[in-house]
Amino acid sequence: MKKPMTILGLSAATILLAMPAFADGQLSVMSFGGAYQAAQRATFFEPYTAKTGIKFVEQEYGGEIAKIKAMEQAGGVSLDVIDVDGPGAQQGCDEGLYEKLDWSKIGNRKDWQPGTANDCAVGTIVYATILAYDGDKMKNGPTRIADIFDTKKFPGKRGLWKNPVSNLEFALIADGVSNKDVYKVLATKAGVDRAFKKLDTIKKDIVWWEAGAQAPQLLASGEVVMTTAWNGRIFNANKEGKHFEIVWDNELLDADYWVIPKGAKNLPASYAFIKFSVSPEILSGFPKYIPYGPVTSAAAKAVAPEYAPNLPTYSANVANAFATDYSFWGDQGEDIRKRFTTWLAQ
Amino acid sequence: MSRALARAVRRSARPARWAAFMLGAPALLFLAITFVTPLVALLSTAVANPEVRQVLPRTVVALARWDGKAVPDEPVFAALAADLKIANDAKTAALVGKRLNYEMPGMRSKMLAAARMVAAAETGPYKPMFLDKDDAWNDLATWQVIARNTRGWTLYYLLTAVDMAQTPDGAIVRGDPEESIFLLLLARTLWISALVTIGTVVLGFPVAYAISIAPPSAARVMLLFVLLPLWTSLLVRTTAWVVLLQTDGIINDIIVATGLSAERLQLIFSRFGTVTAMVHIQLPFTILPIYSVMRGIPATQIRAARSLGAPAFSAFWRVYAPQTIPGVVAGGLITFILSLGYYITPALVGGPTDQMISNFISTYVNRDLNWGLASALGVVLLAVTLAIYGAFLRIVGPERMRFG
Repeated sequence: MKKPMTILGLSAATILLAMPAFADGQLSVMSFGGAYQAAQRATFFEPYTAKTGIKFVEQEYGGEIAKIKAMEQAGGVSLDVIDVDGPGAQQGCDEGLYEKLDWSKIGNRKDWQPGTANDCAVGTIVYATILAYDGDKMKNGPTRIADIFDTKKFPGKRGLWKNPVSNLEFALIADGVSNKDVYKVLATKAGVDRAFKKLDTIKKDIVWWEAGAQAPQLLASGEVVMTTAWNGRIFNANKEGKHFEIVWDNELLDADYWVIPKGAKNLPASYAFIKFSVSPEILSGFPKYIPYGPVTSAAAKAVAPEYAPNLPTYSANVANAFATDYSFWGDQGEDIRKRFTTWLAQ
Repeated sequence: MSRALARAVRRSARPARWAAFMLGAPALLFLAITFVTPLVALLSTAVANPEVRQVLPRTVVALARWDGKAVPDEPVFAALAADLKIANDAKTAALVGKRLNYEMPGMRSKMLAAARMVAAAETGPYKPMFLDKDDAWNDLATWQVIARNTRGWTLYYLLTAVDMAQTPDGAIVRGDPEESIFLLLLARTLWISALVTIGTVVLGFPVAYAISIAPPSAARVMLLFVLLPLWTSLLVRTTAWVVLLQTDGIINDIIVATGLSAERLQLIFSRFGTVTAMVHIQLPFTILPIYSVMRGIPATQIRAARSLGAPAFSAFWRVYAPQTIPGVVAGGLITFILSLGYYITPALVGGPTDQMISNFISTYVNRDLNWGLASALGVVLLAVTLAIYGAFLRIVGPERMRFG
């Protein structure tokens, strides 16, 4: 019964055929594109090419690990290193899509913040899901994450990520749960009910966004009065002349990771690059291009002071932050996602 | 003509037929590779059930001798433990857990917990260990579901795609109403497609008529305007509608400026926006078949009807309009069937309640990695499309449909 899957992978294989086959002195990476990948290019890829002569073949995707799964089932793993988000790291690890890592070839696992170093994924940077609004359009904007649910004080549409992750957490926080207990409450059926009930109160006021770039666009076009967003996207919109404000309250921290797809052709080359990219002097340069903070403590300390205040990990910003619990989402995600999809369609 | 003669004629035509076939062969081959193969893959993915067989091969063998009447004994548990030990190392326990989770919520974490438990245990007996860990292992239903999935195929995905479910003892029942969305989605997809079809016919018919009676030079220009949008990418046209329909967009500016409404209307992320954008995109597909049929209707007929005393409307309605039906049916059918598969436009211009089946297929392919359900939804969509096509053929008759 493996055959139909292989055929299904044909389309993926056709695309892969068009790519240059693996050659020495060449590394194929896939990441999220846009400003994020540009920052990776400047921080990791170009310095690595300068140092070793190894050239990069870059691909982009939207975090769909279906793409990785299709590539592996088709049997032609052409990528050496892939950037994945937290859920992608957890799900792919659980389902055996990535190589199990030998941490001795990467670094001291204890340097990584808790939860950002696992058996098959190496954390690189931390970003935050935050609440943002347009400072030009609203003078006394929201100050708390709970204001998402306050349609009396802040009438109008609000943008939310079309994903149960982040929304259920924020709903419970707005309902009075402390962010330390969010996942304890969510682990019960009653807790999930409670979160959906809270979301029900603003269901008709929600505009859902899917791609990270949509959130600042919704704010810019005035389609929403506030939106949750990934902090780097808001920062970049401001670089282009917007005056979006970030509400640093109960922001949800997430990490991005390097993984090696199972069956990658040249493991030593993949390891060497990962090791290079997470060394403190290299990783600490990342926030220069986009305000996502390094996950290792050594690199975090080495960030130049002028970039530090924009990072989600900056002391003033991180005060009441909390981290996405991937093992919770790994365990319960399947059931909650199903319910979320149903809830959305109803 | 005698039979021998007919045979001779056929024989003499054979080389020409063979040549024609050879000329068509590249296209046939192309279709076989790009259309038939994915279709077969789609159908088989919708019933493929490889997870339990791949990850739990010993359990499959052990369960083959199980009578299915009570929770199995130690040998089955020992086989499961042996499988899970390997699965824990190979990180495949979640794969089978996820599969069983579809039919029994909670199975994913129970399977992972069991895999971790047996990995830590040296030797059996395993049955008490499992029962101690979680009550689910002492539940006959759990074992019925596992045993059911030791087969290489399953009806689960197809049943789910039409809001049905199978109880642990094998009876087919209606799905949990709280989770039943697919029939609703199907109805919504059909309804939106019907609205779009009606919209394009109502708007397109007069346009096609105007082009068909215009002088040739003007008709060429008008036809160009119909075709122009077709040469623009679907994504570009959809995004253009986002710009037009948004709350601070041009349409709302005009509505407020002219005083039609004091407040800005919610045009985007709504059913109205979705149908409007889709009507615009589909319009040429409806107009062209209607126009091509209209061009073949002699203008003299209406004049004849008028000269025989028919009023203008009745001459049009009773003489002209019936002859345009093949074009209207063909244009409407093309638009209706194309609309069934819309994905980008509802995603960008529609709200959550305007999402059609294709949007959910994309979610299941890309985000949830539930390719079985995605394929099953594809199968349902394909079946509905074929059924509608067949129904049209029966009602209208193939000779009354003209596609251009």
